[in-house]
Amino acid sequence: MTAQNPPALGTSPGTISNLLWTLVRFREAGISVFILILVVAITLRSPSFLSVDNFEDILLNISILTIVALAQAMVIITRGIDLSVSSMIGLVAMMVAFVVKQNPEMPVLFAVLLGMALGAVLGTFNGLIIAVGKVPPIIATLGTLSIYRGLVFFYSQGTWINSFELPKSFKLLSKGTPLGLPNMVIVAIVVAVIVYYFLNYTRTGRDIFAIGSNPDAAQFAGIRKQRIIFLVYLISGLLTGLAAVLWASRFESAQTNTGLGFELQTVAASVIGGVSTGGGAGTVPGVLLGALLLGIIQNALPLVHISPFWQLAVQGVLILVAVVTDNLIVRRAQRTQK
Amino acid sequence: MNEHILELKRISKSFSGVEVLHEVSFALRPGEVHALLGENGAGKSTLVKIVTGVHQPDKGEIFLNGEPVHFGDARESRQAGIAAIYQELSLFPDLDVAENIFAGRQPVTPGGRVNWGQLYAEAGKLLESLGVKLDLKQKARTLSIAQQQMVEIARAFSIHARILIMDEPTSSLTLHEVDELFGLVRRLRAEGTAIIFISHRLEEILALADRVTVLRDGSYVATHPTKEVTRYGLIRLMVGRTITDLFPKQDVTAGEVVLKAENLTRPGSFYKVSFELRRGEILGLAGLVGSGRTNVARAIFGVEPPTAGRIQVEGREVKITSPQYAIELGLAYVPEDRQLHGLIPAMPLTSNISLPMLPHYAQMGWLRDTRERKSAYDAARQMEVRANNMWQLARELSGGNQQKVVLAKWLSTQPRILILDEPTRGIDVGTKAAVHALMSKLAAEGMAILMISSELPEILGMSDRVIVMREGRVTGTFSRAEATQEKIISAATQDVATIGITL
Repeated sequence: MTAQNPPALGTSPGTISNLLWTLVRFREAGISVFILILVVAITLRSPSFLSVDNFEDILLNISILTIVALAQAMVIITRGIDLSVSSMIGLVAMMVAFVVKQNPEMPVLFAVLLGMALGAVLGTFNGLIIAVGKVPPIIATLGTLSIYRGLVFFYSQGTWINSFELPKSFKLLSKGTPLGLPNMVIVAIVVAVIVYYFLNYTRTGRDIFAIGSNPDAAQFAGIRKQRIIFLVYLISGLLTGLAAVLWASRFESAQTNTGLGFELQTVAASVIGGVSTGGGAGTVPGVLLGALLLGIIQNALPLVHISPFWQLAVQGVLILVAVVTDNLIVRRAQRTQK
Repeated sequence: MNEHILELKRISKSFSGVEVLHEVSFALRPGEVHALLGENGAGKSTLVKIVTGVHQPDKGEIFLNGEPVHFGDARESRQAGIAAIYQELSLFPDLDVAENIFAGRQPVTPGGRVNWGQLYAEAGKLLESLGVKLDLKQKARTLSIAQQQMVEIARAFSIHARILIMDEPTSSLTLHEVDELFGLVRRLRAEGTAIIFISHRLEEILALADRVTVLRDGSYVATHPTKEVTRYGLIRLMVGRTITDLFPKQDVTAGEVVLKAENLTRPGSFYKVSFELRRGEILGLAGLVGSGRTNVARAIFGVEPPTAGRIQVEGREVKITSPQYAIELGLAYVPEDRQLHGLIPAMPLTSNISLPMLPHYAQMGWLRDTRERKSAYDAARQMEVRANNMWQLARELSGGNQQKVVLAKWLSTQPRILILDEPTRGIDVGTKAAVHALMSKLAAEGMAILMISSELPEILGMSDRVIVMREGRVTGTFSRAEATQEKIISAATQDVATIGITL
C-alpha cells in the first residue's frame, strides 16, 4: 500500500503529534511560562511589582473579571458567546445599589442573593431567545447588550448612585478581610472551585463539552442540547449578577456606564486562557491564568512607565497570539495524523 | 422468541414528492451479518435512517422482536438497542476515547458526581473485550479513521446494542484495518448481535455477510444467502434495468485532442490518471462516490492541483494552479454541490451568472453593468432558466433551475472544455432531459465535455467513451460500443488485486 495510509490500528500516533498534543492538553503550561517571564521582566525594571501589597491589588482587580470570564468560558465552550454581560453588570449593579440605598439596614447577603436572582432572570431571557427562539448567540446577546443597557437608563433616569448613599456594610462586602484575603477574592476562588467541579464532575458539565465539540453527535448521544444551551446562559446571568453586586460594592457606586465594554475583557480572558472559539475545549485553570495575565498587564504597564493607552493594544496582541497559536497547534497535530 | 429481531414491512418514503423507497421489506435475524447492496441512490441510506429513527416512513411497519414499533427520533431507536456507525463519524473530537464511549451516559456516584474511575475502568474493559488497544485518554481528534471506528463500535457495544448498522465502514481503511474490523464484526455476530452491513465492495460482502438484500431504484429486488450468489449474479441484480433512449446523445465525429492528462497524481486522492478528451466528445467518468473522480476534475481545474503528472490543453503543456488560469485556458467546471460551490444563494441571477467573467465587464476596476446584464440575460435565456426576473435571488429557484443557472454561468465564459460533476443529480426528469439535450448540442458544436456521473444509464447514454475509476485509479476504459453496465460496475467495484494493478 502507499505511504499515505493512517497508522495501523492499535498503534499510537507518531511522537511529533504526541508532543503537539501534550502542548494542546497543557495549554496552561504555555501561559504559565509566559506569565513567569513577564513577572521576571517587570520585576527587573520595577522591583515594587513583586510586593505582597501589589499582588493583593492585582487579585482584587481580577476577581470580578474571573467570575464573569468563567461564565463566559462555559458559554464559549458550547460554541456560543454572551456579549450582554457588561450590560447585565450595569443593570444589576444599578438595581441592587438602589435597593440597598433605600434599605440601608438590609443584610448584605440579601443584596448578593438579589443580584444573583436578577442576573438569573436576565440570563434566562438570553437563554430563551437562543435555545427556544434559535437566534444565533452573537446576535441575541448583541441585542440584549443594548436592551439591558437601555434599561439601566430607564431604571435610573440617568442618575448615579454615589458612595455616600451606600451603607458601610455594603461597601465592605467586597473589600472586607475577615478571612485574611478580601472577601471578593475568596468569592472568586469559591466560584472557580464550583465551576471546576461542575464542568469536570457532573454529567451536565460534560454535556457542555460534548455539545461544543460536536453538536449533532451530542443529539445522537441523547444529550438534550437546547436545555443545556439554555442553562449556560442562565448560569452566565447568575454569575454576572453576583459580579455586579461586587462591582457596586468595590467601586462604591452604580453609574449608567458601569461595566461598559467589560464583555470584551471576559472574552479575552477566556480565549487567552485556551478556551477554543470553535467550542468543545477550555479549562478553569486556563481561564484563571488568562484573567491573571490581563490583570498583571493592567497593573504593570504604569509601573514600567508604559502608557495605559497601550493596554488595549497589548491585550489585543495577546488575544491574537493565543488564537493563532491554538489554530496552528491543532492544525499541525491533525496534519501529522493524516 | 421471534425468528427476526427486526422486520420492515412494505416501507415507503418520499422526499418532496420524489419516492425514494417503494414498499421495501427487510428482515434481520439475530446473529447474522446482513448486507444491503445497491447502486448510489438505490435507497440504502434512507432505509438505514428509517431504522435509526432519523426519518419516519410514510407507509409501512417496523417490528422489533415481533412487536410493532415507531421511532420518533434517533434517541428512541437507540434506546431500543439499535446503534449505527455512519460514514461520517459522530465522535466528539475534543473528548478522550473513554468519554466518547460514554458521552451522555457517564457513570455517576449516588451523589451525582461523574465517576471517572469507573468510567475509565469500564472503557478499558470494554476495549479489551473487543481486542482493541487504544489510549483511553487520547483525544478523539488525534485518532486515525480506523481507531475512531473502533471507538464507535465500542460505544455501540456499551449500550448493549442488539442491532448494529455499519454504513460503508471500510471505505477509508487499509486492508490490514479491514481485516481487524471484520474480525471484530465476526466476534459480535458470534455473540448474537445482528449486523446490517452496507458496502460497495462485493468481495467484502461475499466474504463477511450471511445474507444479502439488493435494492434498486428504491425498490426491493431480492434477498439471498451469500453462499448461493456470485459476484456477477449480484451485479445483475443491482443493475437489472434496460436503458431507454432518454439520453439523446447525437453522434459526432470527435475532433483533435483538446485536453490530455498524463499520469496525474495527488497522493491520497488519485494516482497516475491518464486520459484524452477530444473536440465534440463527451467523456464519461464513472466510479463510486469517493473513487477520486471529483478530485481529478478539481485538479484539472486548478482547485487542488496534482503533485505529479502533465496536463496539455490544446496541444500546449500547462500548469494549472488556479481556477482563474483554467478559465483563461477555456475550461469551465460545474461542481457537484451547487449550493456549496456553484451558486451564491443570496445574490441575484445576474450577479451569479456574470461572476466568472467580471474582469471582462470591468473597466479600470469599475463594472460596466449594462454589458454584464445583457450577457447574463442571454445566457439565462439560452438555458431556459425559469425565474421571475434577473434580480431574483438564486436561492429562491428550484433545484433544476439552480442547475441551469450554474450551467448558464459557465457557458457565458464560452468554454471549449466543460467539466460537469453530477450534472443531473437531484433534479426532476424534465430538467434532466433539457440538460442532456443541451450537453448533446454543445458537443455537436465542438465543445469537449468531461462528465462525472454516478448514474449508469446517464453514463452509458451520454458518453462517447467511458473511463472508470476506483480508489483513485483508472480501472477501465470503454468505447461507447463496448460499455455495458456490468463491465462498468465490475471495474468500479472489483478488487484492484484481481485485475493486476499493484497498489
